Amino acid sequence: MATVTADTPGFWNGTRRFGRFLASEMKPRGRILTPFNVITIVIMAVAAVILFIRFTQGLGAVTNLSQDVPWGLWIGFDVITGVAFAGGAYVLCFMVYILNQEKYQPIVRVTVLNGFLAYVFYAGALLLDLGRPWNVINPIIGNSFGVSSVLFLVAWHFLLYMTAELLEFAPAIAEWAGWPRLRRWLNRLTLGAVIFGITLSTLHQSGLGALYMMARDKVHPLWYSEFIPIMFFVSSIFAGLSMVIFEGSITHRVFHHRVGEDLERSHASIVRGLARICAGTLFVYLFLQVLVFVHGQKWEYLATGWGAWYLLEMVGFVLVPIGFFLYGVAKKRPRLIGTGAVLTLIGIVLNRLNISVIAFKWYLPVRYVPTWQEIVVTLAVLSAEIWVFRWVVNRMPVLDSSHVRAEVVEEAEHAAASAA
Amino acid sequence: MRRRSAVKTLALAAGSTLAGRNLAQASTSGGEENLASTAESAAILIDTTKCMGCRMCERACAEANGLPEPPKSVEPGVPRDTTEGQWTVVNRYETEGGPVNVKRQCMHCLQPACASACLTRAMVKTDDGPVIWRGDKCMGCRFCMLSCPFDVPKFEYHSANPRIQKCRMCFDLLQEGESPACVSGCPANATAFGTRTEMLDLAWSRVYAEPDKYVHHVYGEHEAGGTGVLYLASVPFDQLGFRTDLSLQAYPTFTREFLYSVPFILTMFPPFLLAVSKATAGNRQEEGED
Ligand code: SF4
Ligand code: SF4
Repeated sequence: MATVTADTPGFWNGTRRFGRFLASEMKPRGRILTPFNVITIVIMAVAAVILFIRFTQGLGAVTNLSQDVPWGLWIGFDVITGVAFAGGAYVLCFMVYILNQEKYQPIVRVTVLNGFLAYVFYAGALLLDLGRPWNVINPIIGNSFGVSSVLFLVAWHFLLYMTAELLEFAPAIAEWAGWPRLRRWLNRLTLGAVIFGITLSTLHQSGLGALYMMARDKVHPLWYSEFIPIMFFVSSIFAGLSMVIFEGSITHRVFHHRVGEDLERSHASIVRGLARICAGTLFVYLFLQVLVFVHGQKWEYLATGWGAWYLLEMVGFVLVPIGFFLYGVAKKRPRLIGTGAVLTLIGIVLNRLNISVIAFKWYLPVRYVPTWQEIVVTLAVLSAEIWVFRWVVNRMPVLDSSHVRAEVVEEAEHAAASAA
Repeated sequence: MRRRSAVKTLALAAGSTLAGRNLAQASTSGGEENLASTAESAAILIDTTKCMGCRMCERACAEANGLPEPPKSVEPGVPRDTTEGQWTVVNRYETEGGPVNVKRQCMHCLQPACASACLTRAMVKTDDGPVIWRGDKCMGCRFCMLSCPFDVPKFEYHSANPRIQKCRMCFDLLQEGESPACVSGCPANATAFGTRTEMLDLAWSRVYAEPDKYVHHVYGEHEAGGTGVLYLASVPFDQLGFRTDLSLQAYPTFTREFLYSVPFILTMFPPFLLAVSKATAGNRQEEGED
């Protein structure tokens, strides 16, 4: 705030000016009645009605959750799968800020933005699923810390990680709002935020898996092992990066006018680099899965229907994408890499849903199948995220990395000044 | 410049060590605090050979806890589960050794999975033994339901202010020095109430006195690390709807390993990452050519 005061004649003046700026930025740009807009608006409106019913008549009125299946689509897909997809942000930050792989710099911002929004919306979906959401304040303000709970750890990490990602993204906001001093100050926080963010991610990506450690007798043995936390962590790497590849190919087309020179030039080579990492981590993951399978002596389950389902996941959506990635990189064919990414993403959806929903209490005669209402709300969460993402990308310098060069120059000047 | 970054590293490490240490302490005291008092904690022994299946305990439970009256008649041969409105049920099983009636309710585990799962400590193991739920803390995440190996906690899915419902071993009656309502209400003395040591002794003395009548197994002595409700039966427990494939290790121990690693990662990662970042800083120029 001090920065604002210093930059403008008066604090209130500045605030008013910013308010006007914000109001003008709020106005939609481009056509409003596109098919995408119409469909998503309908979905979100229906979801609003569903949520109204859910909060007045209870979860049972709109979901198929039961005493046997306490967690359904909203947790299994929105939270557990969504957070794995958001893993790209910490992996890229690791590569760019920790390993100093400059090459990936142009996509850091858009990935961090994506990650941040994914956490806000998908982890936010957790609130919709809480029966008594008003008490969510208890574990946060500390009048009731259940520190022996994995969920406690995960919930706290969500909160802290969102803060870290917001800090990582904040320079873009400052640039957009025209607060250069604040931006310089925020820039200095980036490395700290990144380090904090990576540490938190390691823990809560695996923590999501650890949630199922006590449900060991309820998850089908082909999917349960005490190594789920490690599996979740490793798979969050390629899940996140595949999402980056997939989203990148879409954003690139849709937001073409916002893409900066840097990104335009290096996009293909960045994608190939990511594909190589995906292939490598997928391979490690497959190896771990085989190890656990053999070590756990799970041969007897292979001949069952569940065995076929398991093989489909492991071969069709882990082994096959490795092939696509490697071949796509070798032949420089982005299409193949894109296919690999999509297959990988499907594989992650399968894996997370298998553990949380499909192979959960596989022995029950009555299976849980989500209601259409659960699906609509999930789609609405997704739509809302895309709306916000679009709003931000169309206004803030997200896909254009010219800021990086400006930063380097500034930094050099700064160093020169402090040396003198 | 140099000195400043060194100080930063130190501060970072120190900060996370502190955070880590606190967490480690907290997580160790999570499940084990009650182990010492295990022998003294309240326990119920249910002798299925004595149960006549009159379901008086269901009635007594509903009355004592203000729950709806249990159904008058039940369909034979269809085992019922406890529900959000009925914390205990008696089921009849036709077995090789004739019909057996089994009363089910929360097992009041010595180290309850539900309580260690609860992130608000709404579900807690009291010092006296009962595992109880506290509505002013619960946020309705249902992680307790997911974690309980006996699938005991039930949720009010059709309420805007839903509660987790399960047997609380008549915690309030116990405070007044009385027995749980179901035990007092049993006309056949199929249930007994006392300390866990007393109940174990009673159980085994019955088994030893009539070794032909009972299977040589007190269910709950070791299951899930030991429970506060113990069972005797004349036929193997898997014929009576009990899960016999449960771990004998207490369930909270399965997440303990993960929770123990948390402080280490919180402590070791940041300085390590910072060091790597500094070490690779030289790459910046070279990478540009790629
Ligand atoms: S039986 Fe389930 S609900 Fe009861 S104390 Fe054990 S873990 Fe908790
Ligand atoms: S539903 Fe309530 S009692 Fe159960 S784990 Fe969540 S907060 Fe705790």
